[in-house]
Amino acid sequence: MSTDIGVWIAAFLTLGILSFLYKDNPFYKVSESIFIGVSAAYWFVYMIYNVIEPNLLGNLQKGEWWYAVAGILGVMMLFRLIPKIGWLSRWAVAFMIGTGAGLNFIVYLQSNVMKQIRGTLAPLNSIGNIMMIVGVITGLIYFFFSAEHKGLLGGAAKVGIWFIMVSFGASFGYTVMARISLLIGRMHFLFSDWLGLLH
Amino acid sequence: MGFFRGMLNLDRRIIFILIAGAVVVPLFIPFHLKMHPTPASQGLYNAVEKLPEGSTVIISGEYDPGTAPEIQPMMIGALKHCFRKGIKVILMGLWPQGPALEGQALQEVFKEKEFKEMNLQYGKDYVNLGYKAGGAVVIQSMGTSIPATFPTDMAGTPIEKLPLMKGIRNFNDITFVLDFSAGDPGTPAWVMFAHDRFHVPMAAGCTAVSAPMLYPYLQTKQLSGLLGGLKGAADYEWLTKSSGTGIRYMPSQSIAHLVIVIFIIIGNIAFFVVRKGEKR
Repeated sequence: MSTDIGVWIAAFLTLGILSFLYKDNPFYKVSESIFIGVSAAYWFVYMIYNVIEPNLLGNLQKGEWWYAVAGILGVMMLFRLIPKIGWLSRWAVAFMIGTGAGLNFIVYLQSNVMKQIRGTLAPLNSIGNIMMIVGVITGLIYFFFSAEHKGLLGGAAKVGIWFIMVSFGASFGYTVMARISLLIGRMHFLFSDWLGLLH
Repeated sequence: MGFFRGMLNLDRRIIFILIAGAVVVPLFIPFHLKMHPTPASQGLYNAVEKLPEGSTVIISGEYDPGTAPEIQPMMIGALKHCFRKGIKVILMGLWPQGPALEGQALQEVFKEKEFKEMNLQYGKDYVNLGYKAGGAVVIQSMGTSIPATFPTDMAGTPIEKLPLMKGIRNFNDITFVLDFSAGDPGTPAWVMFAHDRFHVPMAAGCTAVSAPMLYPYLQTKQLSGLLGGLKGAADYEWLTKSSGTGIRYMPSQSIAHLVIVIFIIIGNIAFFVVRKGEKR
């Protein structure tokens, strides 16, 4: 069994969170509150020392005064907390959205639309390619709402929904795998690092 | 009929206990499962395997302790694979906790005799540039200048004092990128900027939740390979003939999946039997 106080606290909090599976209880509430509080404090301190200090204060100290613009925009974000001048925060938000859109728009379109369309235009020489093309076309038809889904269009939309359901099933399967993996990690921590029963 | 009604009204806590048992028992009574690596995992392995000795690879970590059980075995596997092949490794992260976990992964690797004996040196064989805020903007900035984006390493050492970083200007000097990501910013940003804009070949590892979103990049060859979740990590360990938590956790994962599948089948049978009974 571990003699490390940190491991004991982590084990206590892990069991506290898992206790919710039985039912809501004070043990869980305490663990949840500690998690939220510690996370907020951690991020606050981390951002000051790893983002604001090196990227803003460090550059201002070097005499690069134009970084002050970023600092001012950052402060303007916080104006949302003061209703009277809350409208000023929109300038900072507008700057962020504009920069983000300008930076990403073309690249996003090229990487996630054009390349994917090109990837879909495959020769119909294998079952996989046929399935992919049928799935894409019928899936898109399902989301075509300018005409009533009946007749040929309705049939294609029905095929499309089957493809969509299969993809949801695959996503669900992967989600289950992810959650079980995290559970295994926690169980391994409890039985190995804390109780020392596993090596 | 009574059995099926009982199954439909089963207390969810019984399912939790069975899942807990399915996860814990194989940890105590491990059994060997033959691995069949997926083509996506094989793609990543092949891509790293083809890199010549002395290549420089960026390994970026976008994950945190919450997703470490899935991603950390991949990171350890990638470090082992690169070191065995004599590849220089530049570690970094777009998530604050990524580089710290990369440091832990290095410690795990150097615990093994094989890697201890290699006498790999920080600054010459590998460096950790740490975390940089900005997500996709950081990658774009690295395309112009890596030293300007990361003037110091994680410990604050000026980058020009690290022998490995001499001659590294931008992505033109990087042979390959391996990204291990649990969300955003992560692999899509690396694909968009490092691969599509600066034409650096890359592969990725991700949490199982993110895998379906990243599979389209495989078909378009924007990614050379992809490790999806714990199964991807186990595949990579098997391919690199390493032992790690990926393979170790697989029996628990498989048994837990089996229990879930059985419950889904029983639940569906019970639903239809009860509905048929009610119609009568």
